Amino acid sequence: MTISRQAFLHMSGLSLLAAAVRRAKGAISGTWWGMAIDVAKCLKQENCTKCIVACSQAHNIPSIPDRSHEVRWIWKDSLGHVFPSQVDEYSALRTLPAMLLCNHCENPPCVRVCPTEATWKREDGIVDMDWHRCIGCRYCMAACPYGSRSFNWMDPRPYIHNPNPEFPTRTKGVVEKCTFCTERLAAGRPPACVEACPEKALVFGNLADPHSPIRELLAARRHIRRRPELGTGPDVFYIV
Amino acid sequence: MFMFEKAVAGSRRYWLWICVLAIILGAGFACYLRQLQAGLMITGLSRDVTWGLYIAQFTFLVGVAASAVMVVLPYYLHNFKAFGRIAILGEFLAIAAVVMCMLFIFVDMGQPSRVLNVLLYPTPHSMMFWDMISLGGYLALNAVIALVTLRAEREGVAPPRWIEPIIILSIPWAVSIHTVTAFLYSGLPGRSLWLTAILAPRFLASAFASGPALLILLCLLLSRLTGFSAGREAIQKLAIIVTYAMAISVFFVLTEFFTAFYSQIPEHAESLRYMFVGLEGHTRLAPWMWTSSILAAASLVLLLVPRYRHNQKLLAVACGMVFLSLWIDKGIGLIVAAFVPSPLGAVTEYAPTLPEILIVLGIWAVGALILTVLYKIALSVRETPAFFSAPPSRAEALT
Repeated sequence: MTISRQAFLHMSGLSLLAAAVRRAKGAISGTWWGMAIDVAKCLKQENCTKCIVACSQAHNIPSIPDRSHEVRWIWKDSLGHVFPSQVDEYSALRTLPAMLLCNHCENPPCVRVCPTEATWKREDGIVDMDWHRCIGCRYCMAACPYGSRSFNWMDPRPYIHNPNPEFPTRTKGVVEKCTFCTERLAAGRPPACVEACPEKALVFGNLADPHSPIRELLAARRHIRRRPELGTGPDVFYIV
Repeated sequence: MFMFEKAVAGSRRYWLWICVLAIILGAGFACYLRQLQAGLMITGLSRDVTWGLYIAQFTFLVGVAASAVMVVLPYYLHNFKAFGRIAILGEFLAIAAVVMCMLFIFVDMGQPSRVLNVLLYPTPHSMMFWDMISLGGYLALNAVIALVTLRAEREGVAPPRWIEPIIILSIPWAVSIHTVTAFLYSGLPGRSLWLTAILAPRFLASAFASGPALLILLCLLLSRLTGFSAGREAIQKLAIIVTYAMAISVFFVLTEFFTAFYSQIPEHAESLRYMFVGLEGHTRLAPWMWTSSILAAASLVLLLVPRYRHNQKLLAVACGMVFLSLWIDKGIGLIVAAFVPSPLGAVTEYAPTLPEILIVLGIWAVGALILTVLYKIALSVRETPAFFSAPPSRAEALT
């Protein structure tokens, strides 16, 4: 193929322009997803696992009985474990449970270390994953300071009791985690866990919009994030 | 081919040794096939301790590979002639070690069939990408250098001049492979045991102790099994290198302890505490770490006192101690302990399973096999008359 100098210059100019327009559009439409977890509201219903069940059902998460091989997208742990340096021994919160999921960090270490770009930061802030590209080296799991990633130590399919045909199942040997329900967001629906919560304790929204409910909630209420001192910039906030 | 005719003519003892290695290799391979089918669940790894023996062996062996530079540098840069006989042994040891490193990475992968994704989607912001580049490059450099210089030796001529810059390049390259391997760990925000700037220097120091220690043991073994003699001067010079490197390595480890326990920042001390005294009653690593420490201290006594170091038997004991001590430190402790406690404070212990151990032994057998064949070739070349009629050493020809 031959190409004249003029045509080349035209094409370069146009593509630069297109790139600039795309960037400007992104900045204006500005969507940056985040979540706020109202710990007190979440505690209202003791032993409630509705968000976990909804997530597992939506994403074909296997229920593996062996704890060391478990796959988790959203789960519960005590606040003492979630915030080891912020909840002291006199705090009543210490033993109370809180929900845990991927923090969809602003500056995610897992994305930085992945050798195949099988996990990446989307323009709307979500840390996404390609399960077909992942080589299963588990470097992202070593890099994540929150323990938010799970590995398929075995074929997960025999452990999926009620498969959802709308969502892919995974194979053995790949890493997975919460994706903020990208498939539901694309259809204009909130994440499955948010929809399932009977107390509306999980507030999902656009952090880039100063008038969004999540921004108003964060402006009004005291909140903390998991290990912000690491510079990862978690986009999951805990209202305590 | 690469003088392979030399490798197929050997004594009964040689073939017996090859058969033993082949059996271990076969057992490891059978276990690997099982792992391929069932997944990494057959290992002792878990969602809390995601890297274990495989990655730890890789880390340790990168050091052994890098340590070839401790022979190459004095010989080629300083024209230290006593290393003339063992330079090729160092280079061949590096080749065997790098191949083992690559195999250990490979068996650790959940989806080994996708390994080429690392090249299809090159990702410069991942240290693993750079590790692949540096290891592959190092293997190529050493293979070319060893082949060209050995061939020249066989022909009784000086090696071609174009090999000189390649040899010089291999020196910083050796340092780079272990630095990049340390960076693989020391840049992760949540793993306090690794999050230390001294990790790369520490890796290099321990590498320059364990690698030459292994080389001394190999030389002594060769002189017992074959007519080969490395020469007393070469062995003693290597011993001094081991002594310095081991002392520096121990010093570096002690600085880690000072920072962690004097600052008393809990998360910096927790993994170290787990290694040596255990956490919440979980003490599986402690006997190993104490063994490693005692061996390190004892080996330093034997190495630092000239009278002991000059005694070849005691030197062999000291080298064995150095190798074992650093193998425990890097080949088990350092990798596993960084995952304890987990980010959520859970203390999950790791113990390799039998198939996992067999896979590890299988890869060590591959390394031993490569080393045996390469050493056989090198020694056979030297037994032929051309070697004796060709006095110019490789270093002389180059400098």
